[in-house]
Amino acid sequence: MARWVEACGVEDVDEEDLIRFDHEGRTYAIYRSPDDEFYATDGICTHEHAFLSDGLVMDYIIECPKHNGRFDYRTGEAKGAPVCVNLRTYPVKVEDGRVFIDLG
Amino acid sequence: MGDIVIIGAGECGVRAAFALREAGHDGAILLVGEEPHLPYERPPLSKNCPVAAKPIAEEARYAQAQIELLQASRAEAIDRAAKRVHLADGRSLVYDKLLLATGARARRFPGMEAALTLRSLDDAHAILEALGPGLKLAIVGGGFIGLELAATARGRGAAVTVIEAAPRPMARIVPGEIAEAVAARHRAAGVELILGTGVTQVREDGVALSDGRTIDADMVVAGVGAAPETRLAEAAGLKVDNGILVDGRLATSDPHIFAAGDCCRFPFDGRLVRLESWRAAQDQGTHAARAMLGSQERYASPPWFWSDQYDLTLQVAGLPDPARTHVRRALGDGAFVLFELDDAGRLAAASGIGIGNAVAKDIRLAEMMIEKGLRPDPARLADPAVNLKTLLKEETA
Ligand SMILES: Cc1cc2nc3c(=O)[nH]c(=O)nc-3n(C[C@H](O)[C@H](O)[C@H](O)COP(=O)(O)OP(=O)(O)OC[C@H]3O[C@@H](n4cnc5c(N)ncnc54)[C@H](O)[C@@H]3O)c2cc1C
Ligand code: FES
Repeated sequence: MARWVEACGVEDVDEEDLIRFDHEGRTYAIYRSPDDEFYATDGICTHEHAFLSDGLVMDYIIECPKHNGRFDYRTGEAKGAPVCVNLRTYPVKVEDGRVFIDLG
Repeated sequence: MGDIVIIGAGECGVRAAFALREAGHDGAILLVGEEPHLPYERPPLSKNCPVAAKPIAEEARYAQAQIELLQASRAEAIDRAAKRVHLADGRSLVYDKLLLATGARARRFPGMEAALTLRSLDDAHAILEALGPGLKLAIVGGGFIGLELAATARGRGAAVTVIEAAPRPMARIVPGEIAEAVAARHRAAGVELILGTGVTQVREDGVALSDGRTIDADMVVAGVGAAPETRLAEAAGLKVDNGILVDGRLATSDPHIFAAGDCCRFPFDGRLVRLESWRAAQDQGTHAARAMLGSQERYASPPWFWSDQYDLTLQVAGLPDPARTHVRRALGDGAFVLFELDDAGRLAAASGIGIGNAVAKDIRLAEMMIEKGLRPDPARLADPAVNLKTLLKEETA
């Protein structure tokens, strides 16, 4: 069942960048792609404990700040060593300039 | 393409094995490792206590990729004429191409025979399990492994003394200002740092120093660097000089044999360098895999290194050199990045330190600028209000 949670405003995230969103004791990452779409994934790397919000977004890739593990943030796919476990992704919708993610 | 044998199942060898399959190699892949464990990551060994082996890849993935992993198997000799590797258990493996990914082993200087060293999982168990309040630990050498161990040991309540012959810790790998920040953090954590002092003898119960003093210790660990594991290569008549010498493709002096990771010395920026770096081990493993399948590409990634001590992380891209022009970029909470420009104004290296991953993004962007040979405006590098990603894009355009 869908459970939409308001994460941030559209203006809170720069283009080709991400922010951290904490909710109910969990950390998520909200991305704004170069073509102005919004995406959401878990906010912590699957390799070790590192907040992806400190990492670098280039096109559709988020690079972990700790050891440069790479993920496609649209699908969560791990793009090679040292990360081999995919990131969980969440559906996103934008309404009235607000970004919502579905934690259902 | 026939069978490929890889000697050394560390970060580099494992990465190379998977990269061969990813690049479409359909012959056999034999990965020979002398350690009895499933290949594991070394960096956590000095950072995390208690020890928990972190596999480089889960066991099932080797079978999925049809990589034949020979654990607890030591390669004893290479017969280049017959293109065969002889194993200690008497078996021999025929190769079409061979990769040496034998890594490095911890050094011990004369007089240090009684010291423990930290390189393998077994070493980590022996050292870290003893850490606790009441233990007096002496660490010989203020390199990154010794300092990470010092931080971990303080976290466990041990009393720690670090003895370093140079006037600063980590002097070979980071600029002075970063070394000072590291030293200050250790002192604040209660580590006794003895700098500019040599060690004449390591004994069961302590360390004799060059200034005549003796440091009492229950355990002594030497962290004085690593020596490349080149014995097989040397015995096989390959060119070796402080590392197995390779060309830009990572081929040795025998075109059927490649070398990568901590064991090799490769051309970078007009000279030959040998690294002890986790990322380079992975990247070179991948590169060597492609080269063995015929790629002519040159390995050109700038070195990248990190270390975690207490709540601090430092990262370095490129090879620092005190002779270059330095530009300082101050970030929040005491974090900073030092950029180094060469005579032509090209960005050549960047090192940073801060709490958590404060410097990661800037170091990563610097790395891309180094790779592209960019000449960024020093004033803009220094200005924390200037987004380095914007700068990178402008300079590339
Ligand atoms: C405690 C510790 C902490 C570290 N922390 C960091 C860090 O924070 N950042 C960083 O960038 N780097 C770090 N490193 C360095 C990094 O781990 C190494 O650069 C990396 O492991 C090199 O990979 P490699 O595969 O080339 O060599 P290795 O990891 O040394 O693997 C080589 C393997 O080959 C095996 N072998 C050798 N000879 C034979 C033979 N004849 N037959 C069969 N097998 C053989 C060895 O047993 C070994 O398992 C750390 C290293 C250590 C020890
Ligand atoms: S923690 Fe993300 S790559 Fe290691």
